[in-house]
Amino acid sequence: MQLKKKKERVSQEINAGSMADIAFLLLIFFLVTTTINSEKGIPVKLPPWSDEEVDPTQLNTRNVYSVLVNYNNELLVRGEPTQITDLRDNAKEFIMNPEGREDLAEKPTKAIVSLKNDRGTKYETYLQVYNELKGAYNELWDEMAERDYQKKYEDLPKNAKKAIQDVIPLVISEAEPVDTQGK
Amino acid sequence: MSKFKKKRGNSTPAVSTASLPDIVFMLLFFFMVVTVIRNSELKVDVKVPIASELKKIENKSLVTYMYIGKPMKRFQAERGTAPLLQLNDKFAKPSEIPIFIENKKLGVAEKDRDKMTASLRVDNDVTMGFITDVKTELRKSGQLKVNYAASQGDVK
Repeated sequence: MQLKKKKERVSQEINAGSMADIAFLLLIFFLVTTTINSEKGIPVKLPPWSDEEVDPTQLNTRNVYSVLVNYNNELLVRGEPTQITDLRDNAKEFIMNPEGREDLAEKPTKAIVSLKNDRGTKYETYLQVYNELKGAYNELWDEMAERDYQKKYEDLPKNAKKAIQDVIPLVISEAEPVDTQGK
Repeated sequence: MSKFKKKRGNSTPAVSTASLPDIVFMLLFFFMVVTVIRNSELKVDVKVPIASELKKIENKSLVTYMYIGKPMKRFQAERGTAPLLQLNDKFAKPSEIPIFIENKKLGVAEKDRDKMTASLRVDNDVTMGFITDVKTELRKSGQLKVNYAASQGDVK
């Protein structure tokens, strides 16, 4: 009889009151260690490696939007010094050529943006330039999406995006950098 | 009168806290899932540039991180101050990238291999010469999807 009594006492419920405390402790640990770092960046597709250099001189010069960045982080766009802030609008005008000028791209599909930098160029400048060029294309795509589909480019289905990219293809070619300082 | 009194006397049971652990556990699991414990310790100073045309990286498990920047203060005595590349938690030369990428590929299912992305986290002040060397090695090893890490902001 006495044994039975003991057993009954053992099988009493475990007090779960401290469960919340334990959980809180763990929760606070994870709260502190968490860094919700949203990984963001500019996606780029590099050209496959080949030993032969593409010769840009074969292209019609009116279709090439050449951007040169020197080791002082200064820009030379189609032979003229330019500020980064003007680059986006300038590039957009070149690609679309709304007035049909003789010296700008024949049509958007033929436009090629050629980016060349020095080995001494700062990465910050390079990325800013790249960002502006990409931004020019993004804005053009957005404008076209707005006109043709009354939607933002980002919200379009895949085939509509492709249709837009067929009309305004993104071509940014990067030449081997020049080495003027022996870096 | 007496009716009112009775009601008041009845309505003072303590709020049950029995569901508190459940709520806390729910939060706990949320943070456990969201937390990414960084597996490599940074040995180079990286302050990524600001850009506006950003996209989120999709498959985080398929991303290879490469850090380029000046070595941190405590490594400068033996490594100097020239920009260096860090793969995993070691300093590396750009020429070691193909082997590194090959090793990464082995751990990825065949159908996902073309979705692999190399995320370059490069410091503002690094010059393009070094980055071009890295990019050349990436092209040689067939890792063509690249992401230039940057933080959101307006370029002045």
